[in-house]
Amino acid sequence: MRLRHLIVLLPLLAAGGAAADPDSYIDVARGKALATVGDCIACHTAKGGTPFAGGLALQTPFGTIMTPNITPDTATGIGSWTVDDFARAMHEGRRPTGSYLYPAFPYPYYTRVTRADVEAIYAYLRTLPPANNAVNRNTLPFPFNIRMSMIGWNMLFFKPGEFKADPKRSAEFNRGAYLVEGLGHCGACHTPFNSFGASKDDKFLQGNQIDNWAAPNITNDLHAGLGKWSADDIVQYLKTGQTRTSLASGPMRDVIENSTSKMPDTDLKAIAVYLKERGAAGAGAPAPLPASDPRMQVGQAIFADTCSACHARDGGGVEHMFPRLAGNVIATQDYPASLIRIVIAGGRAASTNAFPTAPAMPSLGYRLSDAQIAAVVTFVRNSWGNAAAPVTAETVHDLRSRVVHASD
Amino acid sequence: MARRLPRKDVVVVGLGWTGSILAYELSRTGLEVVALERGPWRDTATDFNIGTAADELRYAVRQDIFLRPKQETLTMRNTPSQTALPIRKWGSFLPGNGVGGAGVHWNGQTWRFLPDDFRIRSHMIERYGEKILPEGNQIQDWPVSFDELEPYYDKFEQVAGISGKAGNIKGQIQAGGNPFEGARERDYPTPPLKQGYAQELFTKAASGMGLHPFPRPSANISIAYTNPYGCSMAPCTYCGFCEWFGCANYSKASPQTCVLPALVREPTFEARTECEVTNINLSVDGKMATGVTYVDANGEEWEQPADLVLVCAYSLFNVRLLLLSGIGKPYDPASGEGVVGRNYAYQTGSGAQGFFENVQFNPFAAAGSLGAALDDYNSDNFDHGPHGFVGGASITCAYTNGRPIRYHPTPRGTPNWGGAWKKAVKDSYQRVMGVGAQGSVMSYRNNYLDLDPTYKDPLGRPLMRMTFDYQPNEQKMANWMAERCEEIAKAMGAKSTQLNRLGVPWNVVPYQTTHNTGGAVMGSDPRTSVLNRYLQSWDVSNVFVMGASAFPQNAGYNPTGTVGALTYWGLDAIFNYLKSPGALVQP
Repeated sequence: MRLRHLIVLLPLLAAGGAAADPDSYIDVARGKALATVGDCIACHTAKGGTPFAGGLALQTPFGTIMTPNITPDTATGIGSWTVDDFARAMHEGRRPTGSYLYPAFPYPYYTRVTRADVEAIYAYLRTLPPANNAVNRNTLPFPFNIRMSMIGWNMLFFKPGEFKADPKRSAEFNRGAYLVEGLGHCGACHTPFNSFGASKDDKFLQGNQIDNWAAPNITNDLHAGLGKWSADDIVQYLKTGQTRTSLASGPMRDVIENSTSKMPDTDLKAIAVYLKERGAAGAGAPAPLPASDPRMQVGQAIFADTCSACHARDGGGVEHMFPRLAGNVIATQDYPASLIRIVIAGGRAASTNAFPTAPAMPSLGYRLSDAQIAAVVTFVRNSWGNAAAPVTAETVHDLRSRVVHASD
Repeated sequence: MARRLPRKDVVVVGLGWTGSILAYELSRTGLEVVALERGPWRDTATDFNIGTAADELRYAVRQDIFLRPKQETLTMRNTPSQTALPIRKWGSFLPGNGVGGAGVHWNGQTWRFLPDDFRIRSHMIERYGEKILPEGNQIQDWPVSFDELEPYYDKFEQVAGISGKAGNIKGQIQAGGNPFEGARERDYPTPPLKQGYAQELFTKAASGMGLHPFPRPSANISIAYTNPYGCSMAPCTYCGFCEWFGCANYSKASPQTCVLPALVREPTFEARTECEVTNINLSVDGKMATGVTYVDANGEEWEQPADLVLVCAYSLFNVRLLLLSGIGKPYDPASGEGVVGRNYAYQTGSGAQGFFENVQFNPFAAAGSLGAALDDYNSDNFDHGPHGFVGGASITCAYTNGRPIRYHPTPRGTPNWGGAWKKAVKDSYQRVMGVGAQGSVMSYRNNYLDLDPTYKDPLGRPLMRMTFDYQPNEQKMANWMAERCEEIAKAMGAKSTQLNRLGVPWNVVPYQTTHNTGGAVMGSDPRTSVLNRYLQSWDVSNVFVMGASAFPQNAGYNPTGTVGALTYWGLDAIFNYLKSPGALVQP
């Protein structure tokens, strides 16, 4: 099947003047696997659109960016790009014309990817059916629409260069580092931004606020990060969408369904080893609110009435179905958005080959007031050993206005 | 004129329990499978939100997820001499509508029929002589034995996660289970539900009477479970919104919880909803199906060619589709010839209510198949000689719910409204307990299904006509069972009891049970059956028909466990057919 696919595209490769070796089946298969690691399809596919044909509206703090068509269509895609053109985009954030790409395309991460891997991805993208889909690539408002401004941004925040392995670390750790810091671009969501939209290097992977979700701390921090997870838990989570105590939902659901669940176990293990071994950083846990606090008492009553049938009185949840809330780091992130919005708008877990069910959290926003949600969320954040700052009704109100029409 | 679509390997008519299981098992082998479902897509996450699923008015009273009579209904009469009239509001039974079928709204009682049930005609004649068989009966042995079906019962129980206690593992009787059940290879996949106070009383009283009570097998499951397809379920919360509702807790086995999450991931599977199959198309010689014709939601007609047609609609509608498609000879009660529509059967319901003092039964803490049961009076587990009837009943003490709108049992003679009614409801709610008998219905010459000569559906096709009544044998059996129930209720300590006899003639208005069986029965003789022992049409070898329409007569149990077992039995036969197409049994 794949071979037949390849034969069809040989003329295409010739026509495109590709530098990648058109006879190399291995390159294409490897490129497809690498494109899966990069989860290219997620941003480069519009809702319901042709895969890789672009047109997804990415919301950034600076405005909306429409993602480009990266199928080998000459008119509207990257069909006229050479492998050098493609490598320049990946490594330098520049188009063949020399004009600048925005870092919504995570070239500050992709610059770490080896030339060989970039060539393999290029070879794979050349095998896609060319899709004619013109995308308006100039949707940012002034002054951000001035692409030349990226010269300054790059000078300040962009450190080009391929990944350099740390000889003091294991090969597995370095493989994990290469994937997380490069193609996986995990930090694009999990690292806080500065006011210019660049990842703060000194807070790498320490959690971020993005699109009204909390992308949690994924350092080895005990309170807010992966400190309580074993390396096997991380592998299990990335592969199946769940651990014994938690289920992925929100944006991470898409990452798992499209990308990590399709990656080889060895790469997932390398990622896990890297995340566990590179260290812990976080703000540390506050003291929990006492159970006697009136907010806790109100929250407890709502929890018993509304939540405990599934999540259990002791916050223990049900394996494979309903996340455990006791000890759940999503519940105790400093930025409580994920917890609040799941109560307001509901959510659905990842569906993978291992666990296809994808159970849902129902939306409860229609019958719980801002104050009630604040109370129950505060209760969850401060019960069964959990400890995190209380949530106010204003925080809930503010988030509700932004997520109430969100589809997820 | 129907537009023709590209061919598929398999077309599945109806995406309920049987259709989803077959679609999954076949598409995972790489076959191109399309399922055509008359109703809408239904999914736990989007359709059965925990905040809105427990809506008695919407689902139980207004019958939200059931078939609308406008989509399809039946005409009904009790005897061939009457003129049948259309059912304009479903009552006695409630066919499902949409993906999941009746598997969405069932209570979840998941039984294996007893070994004797499968050879009831031979068995009864051997033990009692021919004269025990009732007048006009067409009782016939099943073409499969319990032992042949046992591995397939097991397979279905594993997929559905059934909660229960085995009574007989490899011939060893297990304390606390049903000692009358056929030998099983292993126990249920999950332990029984927690029983309530009423079940405690029942178990104690029945044991004291020398009977053999046990927790009944339940598809509302007791603990978290992941089935062989990777689909996960959560423990039942005893909310009591099972029958007529979709389960919001992922606790009731259904196509939604047990099969569809895996099925929808299969790249060679496709479902088309709101598409009603109107005909199974046949080759010119009538010996092979070429596919089906269906009408989509816009009223457009399509032809879907396929190599294999699997008829997986509700039992009644399987029969009608065969009649409309001209597959098999229609049954004629006057001549006794023909097979399609023959041996339609149903189920009896009778029992007793007990009124207690100083108790709180808490009927709201319930599940559709929570309950204690006994089989001492089922099948031929007791001596029928003195009674002069064939058949039996499973007897249960159960609360399926204590819901506010419709659960308000009152003593007979209570006014239907006003202060006295309110007082009786209040007095009785916590103090009433029922012991019920769900009984077998044999097959008879004059209980059958055919096409109505007068009434048509919106597409201009004749409605199906149901001719059915409870015969003297069933009345005698069910009323004798009611007395047994009353004895148990008294032994439980009821201060007063009232007997619920079988209502005759059968009436289509009050809800009784959606256990409609027969009409396309499986058998060993093409003169008395539509399907061979592999659920394959005798007449058209690439048509297989699933469901309770294949039962030669009905046993004293809910049918779904046996429907599930037959589906896996049929699946193995389909695999054999695919290896070497043709009739699997030579007539």
